[in-house]
Amino acid sequence: MSEWFEIGAMTDIPRLGSRVVRTAHGDIAVFRTATDTIFALTDKCPHKGGPLSQGIVFGEYVACPLHNWVIELESGEAVAPDKGCAHRHPVKVEDGLVFLKVRSAVVNIADYSVVAQA
Amino acid sequence: MKRKLVLVGNGMAGVRTLEELLKLAPDMYDITVFGAEPYGNYNRILLSPVLAGEKTVDDIMLNDLRWYADNGIILHTGKTVEQINRARREVVATDGTTASYDYLLLATGSNPFIIPVPGHQLPGVITFRDIHDVNFMLDAAKTHKSAVVIGGGLLGLEAAYGLQKLGMDVTVVHLLDTLMERQLDKPSADLLRRSLEGRGLKFLMQAQTDAIVGDDHVAGVRFKDGSEIPADLVVMAVGIRPNFALAKQAGLHCERGIVVNDTMQTYDPRIYAVGECVQHRGIAYGLVAPLFEQGKVCANHLAHLGYARYEGSVTSTKLKVTGIDLFSAGDFNGDATSEDIIYKDPGAGIYKKLVIKDNRIKGAVLYGDTIDGSWYFDLMRNETDISDIREDLLFGQSHLGDSGHGENRIAAMADSAEICGCNGVCKGTIVNAITTNGLFTLEDVRAHTKASASCGSCTGLVEQLLASTLGSDYSQTPKKKSMCSCTDFTHDETRKAITDSSLKTIPQVMEFLEWRTPDGCHQCRPALNFYLLCAWPGEYQDDSKSRFINERAHANIQKDGTYSVVPRIWGGVTNAAELRAIADVADKYNVPTVKITGGQRIDLLGVKKEDLPKMWGDLSRAGFVSGHAYGKSLRTVKTCVGSEWCRFGTQDSTTMGIKMERMAWGSWTPHKFKMAVSGCPRNCAEATIKDLGVVAVDSGWELHVGGNGGVKIRATDFLCKVETMEQVLDYTAAFMQLYREEGRYLERTAPWIERVGLSYVKQRVVDDAAGRMQLAGRFHESQKTAQIDPWAERAEGMDHAEFVPMKKFG
Ligand code: SRM
Ligand SMILES: Cc1cc2nc3c(=O)[nH]c(=O)nc-3n(C[C@H](O)[C@H](O)[C@H](O)COP(=O)(O)OP(=O)(O)OC[C@H]3O[C@@H](n4cnc5c(N)ncnc54)[C@H](O)[C@@H]3O)c2cc1C
Ligand code: SF4
Ligand code: FES
Repeated sequence: MSEWFEIGAMTDIPRLGSRVVRTAHGDIAVFRTATDTIFALTDKCPHKGGPLSQGIVFGEYVACPLHNWVIELESGEAVAPDKGCAHRHPVKVEDGLVFLKVRSAVVNIADYSVVAQA
Repeated sequence: MKRKLVLVGNGMAGVRTLEELLKLAPDMYDITVFGAEPYGNYNRILLSPVLAGEKTVDDIMLNDLRWYADNGIILHTGKTVEQINRARREVVATDGTTASYDYLLLATGSNPFIIPVPGHQLPGVITFRDIHDVNFMLDAAKTHKSAVVIGGGLLGLEAAYGLQKLGMDVTVVHLLDTLMERQLDKPSADLLRRSLEGRGLKFLMQAQTDAIVGDDHVAGVRFKDGSEIPADLVVMAVGIRPNFALAKQAGLHCERGIVVNDTMQTYDPRIYAVGECVQHRGIAYGLVAPLFEQGKVCANHLAHLGYARYEGSVTSTKLKVTGIDLFSAGDFNGDATSEDIIYKDPGAGIYKKLVIKDNRIKGAVLYGDTIDGSWYFDLMRNETDISDIREDLLFGQSHLGDSGHGENRIAAMADSAEICGCNGVCKGTIVNAITTNGLFTLEDVRAHTKASASCGSCTGLVEQLLASTLGSDYSQTPKKKSMCSCTDFTHDETRKAITDSSLKTIPQVMEFLEWRTPDGCHQCRPALNFYLLCAWPGEYQDDSKSRFINERAHANIQKDGTYSVVPRIWGGVTNAAELRAIADVADKYNVPTVKITGGQRIDLLGVKKEDLPKMWGDLSRAGFVSGHAYGKSLRTVKTCVGSEWCRFGTQDSTTMGIKMERMAWGSWTPHKFKMAVSGCPRNCAEATIKDLGVVAVDSGWELHVGGNGGVKIRATDFLCKVETMEQVLDYTAAFMQLYREEGRYLERTAPWIERVGLSYVKQRVVDDAAGRMQLAGRFHESQKTAQIDPWAERAEGMDHAEFVPMKKFG
């Protein structure tokens, strides 16, 4: 089952930048564009698994830091002629807070509550 | 309501213009296209391989009928426009179809010239221009035996080669005594002829055709001297004439072609023209490269952007006969005021000639070994002063120190030969991608195959493959190369705007120069960030989001997403305490690999990003600063032990190197910048392959610049000799600053010096003493704000968010 989890304030993510959300099933990269649109992708480039969160963000794209594939943030698809897709995750922003929808199995609730209290 | 655009001529130039236009303004026009031929848009250039049986007509389609439908374009195939009604803004085709326009684009190409000798209309006489002609020849070859090709130019030879491969007995008839006289001089033309004769072609030189003989079909060709040869197919390939009959009939100003200005506009402002039908500044072009440049400019104006200008092209040629390497460009014959540099080895079938005037290359002919064609062509178009490299020029770019990697000869390579060593791409794959995907440029090949997209050392080979597959020079980047697809401005133009108009931030630059994208891309932003940093030291706020991850995180990213840490080890000299501190850090953070680098330092590999600031804090306390192993910045200064210990040492090279590193560390440069100091000419620090190398001699210090030990080895050029350590530092600061101010982003000193010429650098850094001190002054000024250790700052908490996850679950 998938649920929405709060991951922090939108302002925690730099404009034209990205932050990582660490889960039991790997990292998710959360991106913020110049116009404050938020996107989330599995932090793994479809090419050779490069961490997309470390790339340069421009428009609604990110350039992978390892070999410069360009990935479309909206769909997770590599820009042609490269082919491949980084899995995208639903995100929403409410009152300046960012929520990420992930399978609850991915999130260890016990640990999460500890983090949330801290 | 959308405006209406009508294109007459569904060929290479016209459709390319539409493609460019759709990129710029996809929704601006309702487009209608008239094409006399019954096909979509195809690659005319590749008709030669179709004739030779190496490809099929389907292989050479560029845009099939679906492309027109997908883009909402109405295509009338098989309809010839016979009238333009300029008052009513309407065109009329022979079958009565009409279309009205707001703008009209003429791209009617050329007509092959037919010598009006008696018999020229006999069945069996054909030209070589379109699919119809090729199909005709393919059929003829099935039933007939002997062919005569009139014309020993590019087209004629490609036709002859094709027909011969189809099994015909072929004779080429040429009016002059040199084949391809518009591209070759006598010696190279003779080599070509010999090689083609070796393949079974026959030649009749200096033969003037008098008549085509035959009753109801071609039977032979008769010459002015009365002799006759039999033929059951005659191909006329004696030249082309711009096809401007339609334009002329409509009253447009035409001379040798439709006359256009630098925006590709005809004398009627509603009508534009591109391609072979056009005459621009007195020249009508017959190769694709210039036509594509015209198309780009024309699209810019049709899209009402209004800033592009076509200023003419310099062209080069290749012959598409498998196994023959031939390159020709510019004024290859020269005149009384020019000189020739020639290399000739008839045994090996190699001939190279460069025509030089005022220390600039004016023309080139290469036969048998064309690897350097694109290099000469670049030198020619950039009008580079070649006086410094004159002696080595003919031996090629590789001779300027390189040994590169891999093979150089493309024609001899098997399809399975690996061209790109980084990405494992072989020759067959590249050739196949060029033809099946309709690729025209190096960029296209990089995008589709990844060949030459990594280290770039195989770029020359890929360019050769493009050239030998497609035949012309359009594989090469245009003379004026924009920074990236976000803008049409070049690196140099952008930099000039930054200083001239006092632009102080990336958004300001983008607004002022009308960037096409809202916030640039991963190519232009890092460049702009550097240019601004260099132009406004101390004032410009570095934009970390415009830096590649290594520079943003101050560590090198590794293939598994971990990082490496390389502390600065001044001049490569360390001590037990430092080594102990490094060992402690390696233990504390479980560093999996500790390695001595090629730059005389220690690399701690496999560090988790979150650990970086803490680890740097520990290193800081032990006295280390960042080694900038990750930056387009000063890297290492390698030294040897020098006169302190070495029995041959003439000067204290170690101290010299440390002083240089202390002065220059922290500075950002267009690309990485490496230095070395050797204590004597044995040169154990390998100073002569560094961006700046110092070699000590008994009487002082020799300074060497522009070396490169990477992808393409290049030995340094000797700059000058100085006497004191202070002078070494002054010259180093001045040289680095000149490079910082004038090198293009991602251009190392080696290509930079080859572009501007060593003499220029000497004049600025050596001859002009006052200028040197000013350059050095600006360098020291910018160092004031550059020498703040980024590691210490981050250990203190700067950019904290960069290094920690936003949230951890589980
Ligand atoms: C670590 C090291 C190899 C080693 O284990 O010895 C190394 C490692 C890398 N080199 Fe190097 N180079 C290293 C010495 C060299 C040298 C030798 C030297 O500096 O004396 C050269 C040839 C000299 C030269 O630069 O002219 C060298 C020529 C290159 C090149 C080709 C540059 C060129 O202009 O052709 C690249 C690719 C590039 O920069 O685009 C490169 C790129 C790289 C990168 C940054 C590849 C990358 O983008 O990830 C590697 C980073 C590894 C890391 O995370 O630390 N490395 N590299 C050496 C670090 C030296 C140091 O202490 O800073
Ligand atoms: C066999 C061959 C090999 C070549 N090899 C090379 C090479 O290696 N490298 C290189 O750079 N160049 C080469 N060229 C030249 C290159 O193909 C031309 O420069 C290029 O095609 C010209 O483009 P264009 O659009 O001006 O004309 P075209 O491509 O000829 O297009 C013009 C089109 O307009 C149509 N047309 C004309 N009048 C009308 C009308 N009134 N109404 C409707 N339609 C009309 C014609 O039928 C034609 O289809 C070669 C040409 C040939 C024939
Ligand atoms: S360290 Fe240098 S030579 Fe070795 S694999 Fe990396 S880039 Fe290539
Ligand atoms: S891993 Fe992303 S481009 Fe190679």
